[in-house]
Amino acid sequence: MQTLFGLDYPTLWFLVVGGLFSGYAILDGFDFGAGAWHLFFKKEQSRRIGLNAIGPVWDGNEVWLVIGGGALFAGFPVMYAAFFSALYIPFMLFLFFLILRAISIEFRSKEEMLWWRKTWDIVYGISSTLLAFLLGVVLGNVLQGIAIDKNHNYTGSGFFEFLNPFALLVGFTTLSLFMLHGAIYLLLKTENRLFAKLTILVKKAIAFFLVSFGLTTAYALLFIPHLSDAIKTNPLMLIFPFLGFISIGILPKLVAKRKFRYAFLFSVLIISFMLMTVAVELYPNLLISTLNKEYTLTIYNSASSQKTLKIMLLMVAIGGPLVLTYTLFVYKVFAGKVKLDETSY
Amino acid sequence: MDVEILARIQFAFTVAFHYIYPPLSIGLGLLMVIFESTYIKTKKEEYKKLVKFWTKIFALTFGIGVATGIVMEFEFGTNWAVYSKYVGDIFGSALAAEGIFAFALESGFLGVLLFGWNRVKPWVHLVSTIGVFLGSMFSAIWIVAANSWQQTPAGYHIVGEGMNARAEITDFQAMVFNPSFLDRISHVWLGAFLAGIFLVLSVHAYYILKGRYISISKKAFKIALIAAALVSLSQLVSGSKAAEGVGKNQPAKLAAMEGVWTEKAPAEMYLLGWVDSKHEKTSGLSIPGGLSYLMYREFKAPVTGLKAFKKEDRPSQVNAVFQFYHLMIIIGIFLIGLTLLGSFMWWKGKLFSTRWLLRAFVLAAILPQIANQVGWFTAEMGRQPWVVYGLLRTSDAFSQAVSANQIVFSLIMFFILYLLLFLLFVYLLNKKIKKGIHDEPEVEDGVLREEIVELLTHKTNK
Ligand code: HDD
Ligand code: HEM
Ligand code: HEM
Repeated sequence: MQTLFGLDYPTLWFLVVGGLFSGYAILDGFDFGAGAWHLFFKKEQSRRIGLNAIGPVWDGNEVWLVIGGGALFAGFPVMYAAFFSALYIPFMLFLFFLILRAISIEFRSKEEMLWWRKTWDIVYGISSTLLAFLLGVVLGNVLQGIAIDKNHNYTGSGFFEFLNPFALLVGFTTLSLFMLHGAIYLLLKTENRLFAKLTILVKKAIAFFLVSFGLTTAYALLFIPHLSDAIKTNPLMLIFPFLGFISIGILPKLVAKRKFRYAFLFSVLIISFMLMTVAVELYPNLLISTLNKEYTLTIYNSASSQKTLKIMLLMVAIGGPLVLTYTLFVYKVFAGKVKLDETSY
Repeated sequence: MDVEILARIQFAFTVAFHYIYPPLSIGLGLLMVIFESTYIKTKKEEYKKLVKFWTKIFALTFGIGVATGIVMEFEFGTNWAVYSKYVGDIFGSALAAEGIFAFALESGFLGVLLFGWNRVKPWVHLVSTIGVFLGSMFSAIWIVAANSWQQTPAGYHIVGEGMNARAEITDFQAMVFNPSFLDRISHVWLGAFLAGIFLVLSVHAYYILKGRYISISKKAFKIALIAAALVSLSQLVSGSKAAEGVGKNQPAKLAAMEGVWTEKAPAEMYLLGWVDSKHEKTSGLSIPGGLSYLMYREFKAPVTGLKAFKKEDRPSQVNAVFQFYHLMIIIGIFLIGLTLLGSFMWWKGKLFSTRWLLRAFVLAAILPQIANQVGWFTAEMGRQPWVVYGLLRTSDAFSQAVSANQIVFSLIMFFILYLLLFLLFVYLLNKKIKKGIHDEPEVEDGVLREEIVELLTHKTNK
């Protein structure tokens, strides 16, 4: 098998896909978080500022999901096929709420009527919340494994099976983490009264996150032994959860000291280290079969040909820097506190 | 109903709905680039207002395009798992390239296009508009490359057997530039331009009829009319090239499009007609030898008929393919006629006083939309029974793990959601057009802006 920097192509592509989904979690994560807080704001102007804080960027953030999906399809088509057909209903719901979120952002401020704005506010708040939660549910099922057979077809009982205790716990963890992340993002984007209100909300978010994260970790250690296998065989990998815990310890202090820029950096780090831990725990598996170890999808038995992976790596090498450049450009143009003007939502 | 039929209905419904919006975004993007360049060159405020007005409508079509496009991206995995495994190497890389090279470009610059008027210099704004337009053109490239590959596969070899067979890339360039790609991408682009151009014509014709924004509407209408004439004529050329390609690469599809049953020399080309699949006969109004000429530049050349293919290897909905195809052509020719007539009246100096003609332009916006839809229905239904032409059958391609109930659930869910989306789209489009090329308060400094916001929000709070 061909290698690059000592890593084989499937491993490199695993890193690319992991990086893309992590980028998505970090970026759309604060959008979901900001949306989940929406209904906590009572004033019209606060709600508009909340919306416009993510206004220019949410669509670009969603692109990470699109690229991530394409990358998964291109690099690990067998996984793409098995995964999305197995979790059919959760994914359809995810797409459903993603559309509802998009249209509520677009349409909310287009009419003056109170009922119109109220309705879209509710749709926006609820769909953002459920999106954050559903992402966690899906992740929880990936970590646990699902019932796939020899031909990579899911044979379990369907939707309600995916709502198992562990998946729900992971759901609460992602929701709380995104709410924390979103609150800090909003703190960077707001002033005056809304800012003051957020300084209180962010503390609640920290508490919510610590509780759900604690419960999830405890459950995983007690009931899902295979998750710690990778770390047992290679203790060096302990570095990621370790760094994650440290970041979780530091963040509340930064919030207390009102160093919100650094706090934002640390909520990014927490998400990154948590997902790196997930990646380490899974590698080289992609989707564990709970029926038989032999049926598990790994990066090797579900990868595309060497040639495709090589072409794709080349594309990422060319496209990646381009994407980064104009992403930075856009964030620079819209840096600073939100000012509403005639182009706002 | 069985899973295959449901999966097809669900897919066709969602992709057809998606395809209402991207063509509008691509076409409006083209005109916005032209309008904004004119603004930069002439420095006339009216053009700036024009661009701002169309930007708002663009934001609407773009937003819905993105929301519905994300569904498409995952539907290959959810509905067509076997197909996804089979073509992952090829299709996946095109989709990923689309994400990296097209969507990121588009949505990156979109923020500046929509919200950046007061934040960047005019030329940076123009660059962003161009960036968004090019991004939308690129996204069409990749998705059409993928679709053309499934129509006319090239640059691959098959590995594995049975359930585990899959196509692997052997030659990336040959895969992208497969035999039907160039014909189809140019045809799709032109079709998208027409969708946008005719919307612009429609709205400005409406304003002229209502006596609003007359001066700028006349200018915009003329620019769009020139574009419409050039593009609709090119579309005829590109369409007949596409048909020639279909005849070469997918003879069963061409036979269905023209309702040819037994090999014929000379073969006629229908203008209008009806296919009776039961008795395997086609009747209607036709040009003798027309099809032979189109295919081989010779009136007497033979054209293969459907009967040359085994029943299970040819499309089953022959009449539908035939009708969709001919509707597209009729619309194409009608659009050419309309734009030429418009240009003639312009030359005569009577364009803006011929009210019935302006009214026809108001209504014509729907026609490119219909042509785009039925064009895809022709291409996709004519491809049956294959998902990947000659290689993989649709009946083998759907997800084994998904049950009929699940698809019904998602179909109903998307149907309701899209209906809502469509109603909102029509409502807001109508509202924006009614509101007009608004004279917004030109806000220069932050203080004043804050005051206006205060005022506005005070009003809405009560
Ligand atoms: C405004 C839109 C529009 C207009 C006016 C036309 N078309 Fe078209 N046509 C499309 C929009 C379109 C499309 C939506 O873009 C399709 C669907 C699939 C594709 O590749 O392009 C298409 C497909 C399509 C195909 C099938 C390609 C395939 O199966 O691979 C043929 C043969 C033609 N067209 C031919 C024509 C002719 C002879 C026209 C006469 C003027 C014409 N089209 C007008
Ligand atoms: C360019 C990207 C596209 C790809 C890759 C694609 C692919 C597919 C696939 C995999 C199917 C299911 C299998 C089948 O029934 O043949 C399908 C069906 C279909 N697609 Fe497309 N499609 C594309 C674009 C479109 C667009 C833009 C439209 C319409 C506006 C469209 C209309 C349809 C229809 C109507 C069917 C159902 C055909 C039937 O049931 O006979 N497709 N397409
Ligand atoms: C079935 C195949 C298709 C898939 C999987 C697909 C996928 C997508 C996705 C994921 C998006 C959202 C991108 C974003 O987040 O910015 C999107 C939007 C878009 N798609 Fe599609 N698409 C399909 C068919 C088509 C076709 C046939 C065209 C053009 C000819 C097209 C042109 C566009 C454009 C221009 C956009 C940008 C949004 C807009 O302008 O409305 N798509 N598509």
